[in-house]
Amino acid sequence: MAPLTPAVPAAAVPAAAPPAGRQGRARRVRVWRGVVLAAAALYFLTPLITSFVFTVNDPVRGFTLDAYLEIFSAEGFVQSLLLSLGLAAATIVVVLLLTLPAMLAVRLSAPRLRPVLEVICTLPLVVPPITFVAGISTVLRWGPDHLAATPFYQTIIAVQNPAFPAVLVIAYVVLALPFVYRSLDAGLGAIDVRTLVEAARNCGASWPHVLLRVIIPNLRAGLASASFLTLALVLGEYTVARLLGYQPFPVWIVTISGSNAAMSVAVSIFSLLFAWLLLLVLSTAGTRKRSGS
Amino acid sequence: MNGARVEFRGLRRTFGATVALDGLDLTVEPGTLIALLGPSGCGKTTALRCVAGFEHPDAGAVLLDGKDITRVPANRRDAGMVFQSYSLFPNLNVYDNVAFGLRVRKVPAAKRRARAAELLELVGLPAHGERYPHQLSGGQQQRVALARALALEPRVLLLDEPLSALDAKVRVALREEIRRLQLSLGITTIFVTHDQEEALSVADQVAVLRSGRLEQVGAPAEVYDRPATPFVAEFVGTMNRLPGRLDGQEVEVAGQRLPVHGETPGTPEVDVLVRPETVLVTAAYDGEAVVLTSSFRGASVRLLLRTDDGTELLADLPAHDAARLAPGQRAGFRLVQRPVLVGPRTTVSPPATATAAAD
Ligand SMILES: Nc1ncnc2c1ncn2[C@@H]1O[C@H](COP(=O)(O)OP(=O)(O)O)[C@@H](O)[C@H]1O
Ligand SMILES: [Mg+2]
Repeated sequence: MAPLTPAVPAAAVPAAAPPAGRQGRARRVRVWRGVVLAAAALYFLTPLITSFVFTVNDPVRGFTLDAYLEIFSAEGFVQSLLLSLGLAAATIVVVLLLTLPAMLAVRLSAPRLRPVLEVICTLPLVVPPITFVAGISTVLRWGPDHLAATPFYQTIIAVQNPAFPAVLVIAYVVLALPFVYRSLDAGLGAIDVRTLVEAARNCGASWPHVLLRVIIPNLRAGLASASFLTLALVLGEYTVARLLGYQPFPVWIVTISGSNAAMSVAVSIFSLLFAWLLLLVLSTAGTRKRSGS
Repeated sequence: MNGARVEFRGLRRTFGATVALDGLDLTVEPGTLIALLGPSGCGKTTALRCVAGFEHPDAGAVLLDGKDITRVPANRRDAGMVFQSYSLFPNLNVYDNVAFGLRVRKVPAAKRRARAAELLELVGLPAHGERYPHQLSGGQQQRVALARALALEPRVLLLDEPLSALDAKVRVALREEIRRLQLSLGITTIFVTHDQEEALSVADQVAVLRSGRLEQVGAPAEVYDRPATPFVAEFVGTMNRLPGRLDGQEVEVAGQRLPVHGETPGTPEVDVLVRPETVLVTAAYDGEAVVLTSSFRGASVRLLLRTDDGTELLADLPAHDAARLAPGQRAGFRLVQRPVLVGPRTTVSPPATATAAAD
């Protein structure tokens, strides 16, 4: 989790700056904006730069990029990274497929259930990860041997497949619910869902058509931010994966960092930059269409 | 494009304890424009949504050309709708908004474009095809919404207060245009509004609703001149309530005897409903009333008078006759000799409430 945390606030700082008003005020606002930006930059960049210097500065040989080159040849790097990306993609798809139709249904035909849905989706925030993992492992140990031939037992085995532990996807979907709910709720709040749906229905559109051609295009920003937060969560999640005994990227970083100090820091910087890049791609994909119009 | 006959048969719809529609019966003849008129919350939108298929009645049926469509899903109904709030798809430009329904029906692209261009021409926006909804004014957005509703050549056009978000000038211009379009296309149109002036000026028929029931339906002049009930009388146009006394088929009011039209309540003490334009005012030093306020409305002036027995009433008169009737002056008045409606005596209600309901 640690290397990813700064990525989101740092990206949000320029956007949060207030719009300028009159001449004199505008100047003051600009100055303060600079001060805030500088302070935030100092806060985020100092540890980054010192870490970077530490990784490239060998006391004996001076400047060297060896630590970074070592990452790519280290055992398990590609595998764990691909696993994390696969888990993130699966989690995003599943969580969106679950929440979006549910939220639409509640908004359109059962508005009184909205607080209930909200509470359910926010609940994972208040359950400590340790409790959560303890619960999951208890459930996974359920299958007694005499059930070995049943589909239930086989499902439990299948979700624990170390090549692609679906049980982690299930866990991450639950953990991502609060963030996804918030993002989509804000997105749906910004458009008049009911009127748009009815206008489309009135033009002869079937429900899938309404969803694909009307809701999703107008919910692009909300969907992007939901995916964005889910991606950040999955790329940084350590507790659940570690305690269930899998090795996605964050767990791999911790494992590898014991052996080589310079390399462990290099891995952290690498993962930070990598996550940044992914988030950047996602967020531009979400906003490009709107500014282009 | 030909209009269909629309029939509401005993429509009933409740939301919890609220009764939105309480047995609505109404027939709309093919090719006519009917205005559903009534105060806010009387069930106009609900009735319209039952035709569009967004609302399902608890009882009763909606018939289109004699065919029961109550259970037909919204996307298979032959009705185009324009919504009260802006409803264009924000992600699509004007062309694509208008052509949305054609695209759903898999009409080839070239034909779609031609049809959209034709419709935009029809609503007076031929050069706006490439714009996005947020680049249009409110009036333009509603024109595009109208074009979109007409794109599939529906046989019924549903308008749910399409002009209520627009400013007065645009509102008048656009309602004239809607009427012109409706006449040239011959499409059956249901126009929901709470604005009686709007209803009277564009509709073939005006249906006045009250608490989910039909109160009266008729041509605009009929509803205005011969309101069936005191409610209609006061909702359509402005009405004075003057205390009167029933005497056979006549009523004594303000020293005059007028014939009574419509039902009479059981008691002899009644309220007589009188339109401001049927109150003839003359300046007179020994008149029985005093002018309280005078508001200039261009061609006419509306006076608020108080008689010596404390009754207040409104009177409309041509502006050039009102020069000597400044506030504080005494005046005499007379009622035009024609049949009047009477209602049960209420506690003395100042005409100001009637004005508020009508404006
Ligand atoms: N979806 C709904 N849920 C609860 N009450 C509703 C709903 N739709 C309409 N109503 C109620 O039904 C009544 C009639 O509403 P409506 O048809 O919208 O009135 P109008 O369009 O004439 O102003 C109102 O009292 C309104 O509050
Ligand atoms: Mg309404």
